[in-house]
Amino acid sequence: MRVADMVFDVQQATYRYNADVTALNGVSLMIPRGRRVAIMGANGSGKSTLLRILDGLYFPTTGRALAFGEPLTEERFQDDSFAFAFRRRVALVFQNPDVQLFNPTVFDEVAFGPLQMRWPKDEIRRKVAEMLDLMQITHLKNRSPHRLSGGEKKRVALASVLILDPEVLLMDEPTAALDPRSQSQVVDFLVGWGGGVKTVITTTHDLDIVEEIADDAFIFQGGRIVAEGAPADLLRDDDLLQRTNLIHTHRHAHTDGQFHAHPHRHIGHDHA
Amino acid sequence: MAVAEAKSVAPARRRRKSFVERTIIGLAEAMEQSLYAEELAQADGMLQRIDPRVKVVGMLALLAAAALSRNISVILGLFAGALLLARMSQVPLRTLVSRVWAPALLFTGMLALPAIFITPGQPMARLPILGWTITAQGVSGATYLITRVETAATFSLLLILCTPWAHVLKALRVLQVPVVGVVILGMTYRYIFLMLQIARDMFESRQSRMVGRLAGSDQRRLAGASVGVLLSKSFQLSNDIYMAMQSRGFRGEVYTLDEFVMRRGDWLALAGFTLVAGAALWLGRL
Repeated sequence: MRVADMVFDVQQATYRYNADVTALNGVSLMIPRGRRVAIMGANGSGKSTLLRILDGLYFPTTGRALAFGEPLTEERFQDDSFAFAFRRRVALVFQNPDVQLFNPTVFDEVAFGPLQMRWPKDEIRRKVAEMLDLMQITHLKNRSPHRLSGGEKKRVALASVLILDPEVLLMDEPTAALDPRSQSQVVDFLVGWGGGVKTVITTTHDLDIVEEIADDAFIFQGGRIVAEGAPADLLRDDDLLQRTNLIHTHRHAHTDGQFHAHPHRHIGHDHA
Repeated sequence: MAVAEAKSVAPARRRRKSFVERTIIGLAEAMEQSLYAEELAQADGMLQRIDPRVKVVGMLALLAAAALSRNISVILGLFAGALLLARMSQVPLRTLVSRVWAPALLFTGMLALPAIFITPGQPMARLPILGWTITAQGVSGATYLITRVETAATFSLLLILCTPWAHVLKALRVLQVPVVGVVILGMTYRYIFLMLQIARDMFESRQSRMVGRLAGSDQRRLAGASVGVLLSKSFQLSNDIYMAMQSRGFRGEVYTLDEFVMRRGDWLALAGFTLVAGAALWLGRL
């Protein structure tokens, strides 16, 4: 595949917090246009840091990150035209929706991005109404974010970035702390959105959704990529999953009344 | 056995609530009150139907008229008007009593009470035992002060209870409050609730692991530690929020969308408020 077809090209990227905590350690990966990618890893494995680098919020301490062939550096983001074009093309949905919902009402929240892009106000009103309708949250438009449920907050957070019609969607733990119904709504969205044209990169340690939402997967541990490949192949490797803390071993009862200990996932795991 | 033991224990004396308990109760009440205010703001009442900008201007005009009027009948007339507005906007009388009238009477009364005795003027009565003289001018001054404060506070509360807070803030733009000020106030309001929630969770988690009553010094130490943790969390939160803003194109300039539209009813309401406030100022000038 040609370099021009790559949305992101990250080479030997390292990121350190406060000079002594290494969150990413020599990560290299290339993400082609239109692919759905899952980044798996236990807590603290560097997944969220990578997403923030891909969104131009953090910059590698060493190594480099390119988006659409352009280097993601602090200097490049000083240029308004580059920054606006990038923000229009790449969107990030944060793990904690409270971080992302900073406006007084849902309507203002969804309108925030287009306002920064200086869209005409009539167009903003129209687009916001359409987006609220699409995400089935029109009834919440005058609601303050602190009065929304977890699932509603996630849908508003999604609406607030999708209104810009980005080419790339970065999702940080989209199903974390959601009830099963809200989880399935988010997964349905991720399965249906983009139609093979958009690039979707999702960090998760929810193994049960990976095959549905991703064509390619990476496994992170300690700030490094320790495996990559097709989700089905990676998910079959119990040793790898156990080594990277994505599954664990503990004693549990089977239907024959016997107790066993072996690595397993909880959700969807058949003990019989 | 357990029941027998329970019965044999003498009923515990009701103890005073600790700082932690009082804080939890205070946080819960603050959140409940905001929820109640938002529900009232969504009710189908007269004030709720008016454009927020008209309400801000109208209520400020009526409030100014009450504050500047020098005629007690006019002030009482405005007070009656406020009551009528409350009635037409489905604001319960008990809400006005508990949120405005009782606290305002208490605080204004404390200020006005000495004036009854120390204001020079025509003696009306003399307090037995103490022998202090109540003057007509003192009573008149105290009455003016209390009725003005009660009326002005009622108009203010009606504005806040009948308008979502986000709309009140946006409506401040008509008073030339800078956009950046409105946005900062809006974000402050938004995140106060999140921090209240975090603070309540912190206090409750501590409460669930505490047995007995802590000494005053320990309570203060724990409260200080909680404040530190909360500050650290709010710092982390503010960093993340800034990144979330940047991620959606924020470059330091603030833009807002004003979705208010003036309808015929709003113009009529504006005319009504202006007329009443103007008449009150004219009639109350003497």
